[in-house]
Amino acid sequence: MNWPLVPQQVMTGILNGGTIALIALGIVLIFKASEVYNFAHGHLVMLGAFLTWWFAGAEERGGELFNLPLWAATLAAVAMAMLLGLAIERFILRPMTGQPVLAIILVTLGLAQFIEGGASILFGAQPKSNFPTPFSPSDVIRIPFPGAFNDTIILKQSLVASFLVAAVASALFILFFQYTKTGLAMRATAENHDVAQGVGIRVSRIFALSWAIAGVIATVGGVLLATVTGVSLNMATVVLIAFPAVLLGGLESFAGAIVGGLIVGLSQALVQASRNIEVRNSAEIVPYILLLIILIVRPEGLFGQKRIERI
Amino acid sequence: MLKVNNIEVVYSDVILVLRGVSLSVESGQIVALLGANGAGKTTTLKAITGLLRTQQGKVTRGSIELEGRRIDRLSPDGIVRLGVAQVFEARRLFSHLTVEENLLTGMLFRPESLRSPAVRNDLEQVYHFFPRLKDLRRRTAGYLSGGEQQMVAIGRALMARPRLMLLDEPSLGLAPLLVQEIFEIIQRINAESGVSMLLVEQNAAVALQIAHHAYVMETGRIVLDGPAGQLMENADIKEFYLGLTQLGERKSYRDVKHYRRRKRWLG
Repeated sequence: MNWPLVPQQVMTGILNGGTIALIALGIVLIFKASEVYNFAHGHLVMLGAFLTWWFAGAEERGGELFNLPLWAATLAAVAMAMLLGLAIERFILRPMTGQPVLAIILVTLGLAQFIEGGASILFGAQPKSNFPTPFSPSDVIRIPFPGAFNDTIILKQSLVASFLVAAVASALFILFFQYTKTGLAMRATAENHDVAQGVGIRVSRIFALSWAIAGVIATVGGVLLATVTGVSLNMATVVLIAFPAVLLGGLESFAGAIVGGLIVGLSQALVQASRNIEVRNSAEIVPYILLLIILIVRPEGLFGQKRIERI
Repeated sequence: MLKVNNIEVVYSDVILVLRGVSLSVESGQIVALLGANGAGKTTTLKAITGLLRTQQGKVTRGSIELEGRRIDRLSPDGIVRLGVAQVFEARRLFSHLTVEENLLTGMLFRPESLRSPAVRNDLEQVYHFFPRLKDLRRRTAGYLSGGEQQMVAIGRALMARPRLMLLDEPSLGLAPLLVQEIFEIIQRINAESGVSMLLVEQNAAVALQIAHHAYVMETGRIVLDGPAGQLMENADIKEFYLGLTQLGERKSYRDVKHYRRRKRWLG
């Protein structure tokens, strides 16, 4: 272990974890509403980033239609993602109502391929390095910290900003769920579709809304990711990092998704502080090892709902 | 108020469950629907609430009218919007939500916000009928006792400000004393708020105590109906549902030869 690097890596890990948490939230949302694990969520993230990039007029070929500032481009992409979410629910998932859950999950895998193909046709398969981020890689914040490498922690501004945005978005999301009427309707529907219908909730509308919100937070996550890494089709593989985060926290828990995201970010970053190159290269599997250990101890995840059973 | 006219219900297009059921609930009344397991009581309720469709059931003949308006083709949430609230069999609470959240789910279809004075007022009304729920309101519903859960289930239906309340076996799985308490409160709710009630029960003794009128169902049809007081005196009811002999004493199983009279009903 390279101890002077640890404080630096702890901070970086937590900041990275923020975006992972936001992406994990979107997966949990769909799972709660319809018990479907949405394998296409990473592709929604990728598509959101591409749409933002496109609306911001960053097209290399000079054929740009729009030339919006980043915030407006993000808003436009969010609106598109919301419509896309509604369309996915209406035309892909609603016809599948009543089919086995496994069939619906496989449909999301197909949807993922469809989005990937569509994005590569529309935007080209090359990674785009010209995402209009307001930060340059050299913009850093230095925090004095005795004991760290050179007694300072260096953080990229883009990383700090994306963490803050992810934190605000997650907080808004949870407040919405906990305290609004629609949020309550969504939580009730998540528990039991039949009873929700029986008390007068329009269940199909709740599903549509869940997908719209999932589209929105996927896009926000995509923009945050893009400001740090740039835009590429490979962004969709972020689901592979979000997956252990979702399961760690417990599939049905928003708090769990956030904590899970932070744990995953932290564990990946801490491994980077190792002196052993073999260990450093294993950063991608470390969250899965942690996942294995936690699920053995707590099968429902850290914050997962215990099945309430009265005997 | 509610009129069910000669309905037939078929599950999966082949299984005939109701064979011409007619009943009516007058405004402000408690009407009991009695019968043994499998008689078709719950199916009748599901036909009224529109939840049949989610279970591959269909009303194939007859009609259901609420205040003169046909409701047998409406969606379940549309029927709730017309003022028909239901207390599900076996409570069926949202077990991970708190007591108060469960109560609030009953008003989600209404236009008011969660914190509006009207809704606060309705909550107070529920706590007025069930004072115990006020202390439990932040507790997770799934961990309450059966009786408390039943109170939440009735309270949730009240939050819809219903004109007609459908109660599916509120006595299920409760201790006799609790059943008595719950039924007294149901009677008070009916008397104080004037909501009409259709009460489905196996426990004929308690149901007849609070009902104004009652129907008896067997194998998918109504076999007997009349004012509750009159039914309580009926020899068949006494024997099959109240477990008493004609002299009003508890009888032993040795003397039960109910197949004779039962034959008449099934014919």
